[in-house]
Amino acid sequence: MGSEADTGIESPDGAANPIDTDYEIGQDNIQTEIGPFGLDVHNPVFLVSGLAIVAFVFLTLAFQSSVGPMFNDLRGWLTSTFDWFFLSAANVFVILCLFLIVSPLGRVRLGGADAVPDYSYSGWFAMLFAAGMGIGLMFYGVSEPISHFTSSMGGVAVGDDGLRTDWAPLGAAAGDPDAAFDLGMAATIFHWGLHPWAIYATVALALALFSFNKGLPLTMRSVFYPIFGERVWGWTGHVIDILAVFATLFGLATSLGFGAEQANAGLDFLFGIPVTDGSKVFLIIAITGVALISVLAGLDAGVKRLSEINMVLAALLLVFVVLVGPTMEIIKGFFTSLVAYVEYLPALSNPVGRTDANFSQGWTSFYWAWWISWSPFVGMFIARVSRGRTVREFITCVLIIPSLVCVFWMTAFGGTAVHMVSEGVTAIAEAGLPIKLFTMLEQLPMHAITSFLGIVLVIVFFVTSSDSGSLVIDTITAGGKVDAPVPQRVFWCTFEGLVAIALLLGGGLGSLQAMAVSTGFPFAIVLLLACYSIIQGLRSEPHAVGPKSEATPSED
Amino acid sequence: MYQKMLVPVDLAHIEKLDKAVKTATDLAAHYKAEICFLAVGTNTPSEVAHNPKEFEQKISVFAEDVSRKSGIATSAVAEIAHDPAVDLGKILVSKADELGADVIVMASHVPSVADHIFSSHGGYVASHSDHSVFLVR
Repeated sequence: MGSEADTGIESPDGAANPIDTDYEIGQDNIQTEIGPFGLDVHNPVFLVSGLAIVAFVFLTLAFQSSVGPMFNDLRGWLTSTFDWFFLSAANVFVILCLFLIVSPLGRVRLGGADAVPDYSYSGWFAMLFAAGMGIGLMFYGVSEPISHFTSSMGGVAVGDDGLRTDWAPLGAAAGDPDAAFDLGMAATIFHWGLHPWAIYATVALALALFSFNKGLPLTMRSVFYPIFGERVWGWTGHVIDILAVFATLFGLATSLGFGAEQANAGLDFLFGIPVTDGSKVFLIIAITGVALISVLAGLDAGVKRLSEINMVLAALLLVFVVLVGPTMEIIKGFFTSLVAYVEYLPALSNPVGRTDANFSQGWTSFYWAWWISWSPFVGMFIARVSRGRTVREFITCVLIIPSLVCVFWMTAFGGTAVHMVSEGVTAIAEAGLPIKLFTMLEQLPMHAITSFLGIVLVIVFFVTSSDSGSLVIDTITAGGKVDAPVPQRVFWCTFEGLVAIALLLGGGLGSLQAMAVSTGFPFAIVLLLACYSIIQGLRSEPHAVGPKSEATPSED
Repeated sequence: MYQKMLVPVDLAHIEKLDKAVKTATDLAAHYKAEICFLAVGTNTPSEVAHNPKEFEQKISVFAEDVSRKSGIATSAVAEIAHDPAVDLGKILVSKADELGADVIVMASHVPSVADHIFSSHGGYVASHSDHSVFLVR
């Protein structure tokens, strides 16, 4: 059983192969008291990331005219120059995940061969879904299929320089509504299906494996132990962790800022609440306030419960749209869209020789960078709640099921909206992004109820991102301790709201979001290395399934 | 008067426990009670242990150690929680009922302004448990 003899570390539940290192969790932490509050934080990581965030916010506010375009150019340059890299990297993650489902390595259990799952399927699934996509589904579920459908219908347009000026995916489908519909749905599902979830699954699996089975602290740096060895406890690791905090906090703060704008637009559309800075700031404070209550209530009573409420509301809205919308069409659409997705997948994911540069760089490459920059946050959170699952079960539930749910969601909302648009309901196509969902719901019966449900869902989705994000940042900045003093998570949650308010009022949400997305580039490199770590890590684990199984000792 | 004493211990700060453990063993000797040491940990690796099993082992070793030194009968219980920073107080209260303890002896810090906002674990246990609670400061 295990290898207690050679590492001196007690195995986790059942056979596993822990990593032997002299590093003690918390050894670089400073435990101090600021005023009456006790703190327990990782020495350089907490301070450097906190100060760097303040500095970046300050610089952006002070030098808006020069810093803003710089970050936007950086993002644009990265996603267009390295489109081949982003597309290839995402393909690698999908292939790795699919391989792990079928390979014998999929039998390794996270937490040791006899570990039992911490959460039931429903609670687990609710949490990983609420953290993983949430809000995007609300806003892009209706708008993205319409965009791709419209641009595909428009056909290919070539500019004077011989490059395509249209934004249609692949070869477009000029004037053929059925083909344009299929292509539009396939392109949308491509951006919300296997690839983003494979990115999350890779990060989450790596973290769970190195933490639960190998006994390393739950922070990003642990994943790189097989590559950098003991150096991960020094500056190499600090940089990885700081980058993760940076991407997470700016990702959360900017989406909180934009989310407040979108929620405000929705409230204006529904209840005539004016779009002003005051109401946006109020929304951010309210969302942050609920998130604070949630983190103070803890993982089970706060975050998990909210995620479950969230799931129930989302399911209600989905079922409603399916029932009162064109039911048969949606069900049929689910299968045809799925087929279209599979059919177009090889062409859409092809990283080289693309003629549809606007689409592959402006949409796909941007999305991949965005998902990758979110992955430390979502991955950490998924990892924390996934102990006791086998790798196969884990990937099936983090990759396949959410992808299918996204296909269904996109068909129900996007597909229905596209049909409405092609039947002449121009209001949806003309409406701004934040209110597209509500203009679509207006076409269906009982829209007062569904629109209200929609806006509540938008807000709850923000809360579930904000609270789980605060826990993740707190864990990273505490050197992997999940039981750091409570005031620390309160600090991060509040800080995130303040950064969002500062950027909203001072301008610069867009430029800092561009910066956050740009961190997708270094992380993509880092994640490719993580794929190697995962394979190495899994190969040294004893293969076993089920409680009380006969564990096969590892080769070494 | 007392048969079973519950003594929650923080394995990460074992050096701060001397006074509470001494109080507990003296009381136990006086009432001929047995002591049950309870440690609450996480399933993620921590400064105390790399995994729940190792954590369990540490609290057992600690309990045996105290027993050997004091001659008091001790037992050890490890409880793995999802989010102990928040749930610790609740866990201690319910564990005391579950284990059939009739008195809780635990270390707590001297209250300060912060306790009005974030209540201390000892303070929580004293106000929520049905049993007698002895806070050692």
